[in-house]
Amino acid sequence: MKRIGVFVCWCGSNIAEVIKLDEVLEAIRKYPGVVFAEYYKYFCSEPGQQIIKDAIKANQLDAMIVAACSPAMHQATFRKAAAAAGLNQYQCEIANIREQCSWVHRMHKEEATQKAIDIISATIEKVKQNEQLSPLTSPLIKRALIVGAGIAGMQAALDIANSGYEVLLLEREPSIGGHMAQLSETFPTLDCSQCILTPRMVEVAQHPRIKLITYAELESVSGSIGNFTVSIRQKPAYVDRQKCTACGACIEKCPVKVPSEFNFGLEMRKAIYVVSPQAVPNKPVIDADHCMYLTKQKCGVCAKICEAKAIDYEQKEKIIEEKVGAIIVATGYDLFSGEDLDLYGYGRCKNVISGLEFERINSASGPTQGQIKRPSDGQVPKEIVFIQCVGSRDPEGGKPYCSRICCMYTAKHAILYKKKIPDGQAYVFYMDIRAGGKGYEEFVQKGIEEEKILYLRGRVSKVFEDNGSVVVWGVDTLSGKKIEIKADLVVLASAIVPRQDAKKIAKLLNIGSDEHGFFKETHPKLKPVESSTAGIFFAGCGQAPKDIPDTVAQAGCAAAKVNSLFSMNKVLSDPVIACVNEELCQGCQLCISACTYNAREFDSRRNIAKVIDALCQGCGACVAVCPNKAAEVKNMTTGQILHMLDQLQ
Amino acid sequence: MRIEISNEKVNSDFVKKIEEISGENIFSCYQCGKCSAGCPLVGEMDLLPNQVMRLVQLGQEQELLNCRTIWLCASCLTCFSRCPKGVDLAKVMEALRVQLTRGGIDKLELREIPSDILAETPQMGIICSFRKFTG
Amino acid sequence: MTMKLPYFPGCTLHEKARNFDQTARAAAQALGFELAELEGWTCCGAAFPLAGDNLMGLVPAVRILAQASQQGEELVTLCSFCYNVLKRANKVVREDTEKRDKINMYLDEEFDEPYTGQVEVLHFLEVLRDKITFEELAQRVKRKLPELKLGPYYGCLLLRPPKEIGLDDPDHPQILHNFLSSLGCQVIDFPFASECCGSYQAVRAPELAMECSYRIIKSARLNGIDALVTSCPLCHFNLDAKQKAMAKKYGEFSPLPIFYFTQLLAVALDLEESIWGFDQHQVRPDELIKIPVVEEKQ
Repeated sequence: MKRIGVFVCWCGSNIAEVIKLDEVLEAIRKYPGVVFAEYYKYFCSEPGQQIIKDAIKANQLDAMIVAACSPAMHQATFRKAAAAAGLNQYQCEIANIREQCSWVHRMHKEEATQKAIDIISATIEKVKQNEQLSPLTSPLIKRALIVGAGIAGMQAALDIANSGYEVLLLEREPSIGGHMAQLSETFPTLDCSQCILTPRMVEVAQHPRIKLITYAELESVSGSIGNFTVSIRQKPAYVDRQKCTACGACIEKCPVKVPSEFNFGLEMRKAIYVVSPQAVPNKPVIDADHCMYLTKQKCGVCAKICEAKAIDYEQKEKIIEEKVGAIIVATGYDLFSGEDLDLYGYGRCKNVISGLEFERINSASGPTQGQIKRPSDGQVPKEIVFIQCVGSRDPEGGKPYCSRICCMYTAKHAILYKKKIPDGQAYVFYMDIRAGGKGYEEFVQKGIEEEKILYLRGRVSKVFEDNGSVVVWGVDTLSGKKIEIKADLVVLASAIVPRQDAKKIAKLLNIGSDEHGFFKETHPKLKPVESSTAGIFFAGCGQAPKDIPDTVAQAGCAAAKVNSLFSMNKVLSDPVIACVNEELCQGCQLCISACTYNAREFDSRRNIAKVIDALCQGCGACVAVCPNKAAEVKNMTTGQILHMLDQLQ
Repeated sequence: MRIEISNEKVNSDFVKKIEEISGENIFSCYQCGKCSAGCPLVGEMDLLPNQVMRLVQLGQEQELLNCRTIWLCASCLTCFSRCPKGVDLAKVMEALRVQLTRGGIDKLELREIPSDILAETPQMGIICSFRKFTG
Repeated sequence: MTMKLPYFPGCTLHEKARNFDQTARAAAQALGFELAELEGWTCCGAAFPLAGDNLMGLVPAVRILAQASQQGEELVTLCSFCYNVLKRANKVVREDTEKRDKINMYLDEEFDEPYTGQVEVLHFLEVLRDKITFEELAQRVKRKLPELKLGPYYGCLLLRPPKEIGLDDPDHPQILHNFLSSLGCQVIDFPFASECCGSYQAVRAPELAMECSYRIIKSARLNGIDALVTSCPLCHFNLDAKQKAMAKKYGEFSPLPIFYFTQLLAVALDLEESIWGFDQHQVRPDELIKIPVVEEKQ
């Protein structure tokens, strides 16, 4: 018979005010199996824990109950104390007499006292049959996969690689950098985006512990924390990157012109192309859908002119399998492209452009070499209107949330415009100005005061073309006036949305995403980078709209989580999980379909079901469906539960 | 009714004159409303003090020169001492007033002042009034 | 110490606010200094010109300062308006050399040297606070009025604009509070202590000005104040002379006497009644002051 100790906590007055602890103690001391019972004001405190440790040793306890608050609060604390005193931590159970008793029965002290005694008794019955368990270990591969090589992915990669671990950095596009590579300048410092980004890109490309795989996508993922198997689909570039010298002759000679995605169609690229002059890697790829040779077996000029003989039309798609221990998803954002935009003339009017398109126009390496010219006729716009909250804060027509960065980048755009066109006039239609970051408010005010940007408080109702101008109908609620502006160019600050395929990635990785497609964090306040699947983290705008400083900080956070995981030598997991009684299992496989964690598999050789320990969460669904009672959860067996119920009768 | 805003309107001679005479950066005002909140004479004003500032920003000359507000200002400087941006609205009010008074329009006629007011009011009040309301 | 301080009374103090001027001079003498009135002074202009290009508007004030500079390094004034105009004009001269030179051109016939801001403009309260000190003043009080609940009313121009005038904190001023405390009176703070009385709108929009003043009096009464204390003849007029009309418009209320701070000083120093000048008030404060002398002090 186990020697059981019971520690009843007052929890200050939380428990003691309602439950008559003297009665409880008296009853429990008499309970068969209990060799020691005591109460104390705060068992979670240091002296409290010392009492527990001393009592375990002095009374040679085999098991213990702490009758106190919810296990969610201090189960870990008490189990640690038990272990410190030499008791197996899974012989320590918590009887919740606070949330489930004293807090909910404040008016019924007599009944509450009896209920407390019942709860403790039942828990004693449970612990009598607890097995000695140890945390499970599984192997740990100290290699991280990072999906997405924008600023978030690159930052996380560097932080992990610089801590001594290997990183596999995966990027879908031919070159890395994400949207930040498309920006002209960043707020509030107005640093040239490429200038601060390129050193990172080069560092990432040259880092000895970072393996950069570009022009490739995640195909599938299996396994669990510490031990994931990923397969990556490497798209054929039709260019041998080892041989290619990036001389650019092929690009020059290619006869096919395609709207450049990087420049949002404001410029053309060739069928063989490099994304931008500062691309990393700067080796070209061939766009198979538009290449004349690959589609019609005509042309072939690039192969002919390449001195390094790097063109290889025979390249095929490859599947690469890799094993990693942790994954960080940093897929980033896109701009909203919903119906709402049409109201503002996007698509209809050539001179209504998005914020990212404005960035390209303003970039020295962009379609207009940094000269601000409007798309329709290349004229310099003298009246430029910026409209904020397009698709954001719009529960009816767009997204209900605030996209967080638009107020700042619009102010930035207006300032950059004025610096290039001092005799032009910039207007911003806004609802509120959200400039909460460091130096942000001052940045916006400076723009207004020094560059005389006119901020008009109100939304826009209509945008249409008339006689060469783009007419904007809005309002200024501050003066109570309806406003009409005949603009030369209109820039929309459209909502930030997750990448189109973010939902697909979430499914591949079995991580949650919210109704907008942003990855779902385990706890919005305290666990902002952890996904619902252990070992998979995220960083950047894939989780929620944010600016570059916050992205970099979050990437560092995700990297830190990975680093702390890798600093151990194995992965530990909770042993209170399901197990299969192999004698009883009939191989009906009902448990496999019942399991939502993919933690059940079928052993066809022995015709029985098995538990994948690392994935099992101990939920008990398999126990409920098993017709043969072959499935049980350790230390929470059907037998234990029945004994507990007996006690309560 | 819709008003048209354009480069010309916002950077008009009128706006430039107001800026010059008041010495204030019209664009500094971010319409927080604190001036209106504290103005002791706001009771009979048609435009709120912050709206006066707003209309200057929007270059709305006519409406400003026709409003009652600028003639009800007592130059108490509560607006200026509370403004988080340090904009001296009282100076802008004066700049607007002188657009009319320097143009020969008087808002106070000696013969229209009731005799008892003339007799009783301390002379500093009479002098002030003439300085503010006539050219 | 027979300190002689150049003094500018301003037009109103010689006429509608004679009591303000008289009590100040007598008090000064009793405290051991002299207010030496400038000879042949002219009106200060009353309103500081807020239009930056209005230099003519500054000439009257600068003329007075130039006059004062010939008699000393300081200029004392009593009326809030004069104080405000002179102080702000002085700042313009000190900081804007272009404007200074232009203004001096209008004065060069009368003065040999251009005025460059040599004079320090002081309010009488500053003299009391900094040169006499309120502690010393408390010692000199012969007639204490401990039962009297006074509300210090600062008005606008004594405090604003805060950076230029710098006499006191514009939202929680203390100088009048401290002065009155040193006289041995009870000082009651109330929310309208620095709200505008309506000022010169008494001429053009008298109803609106009256509304402003009424709010001040109402607040004073609600806070248990027996009398308000001011430093400005226009405030005094708006608050004192309009009470009958206020009662007619807003309903009867217990009339509230308005003092100039120097009148209370004269009473406290036990100077002769004939100079107190209560006959110039509409709401006579005589009853409030007819309290027997509490202590005889040397």
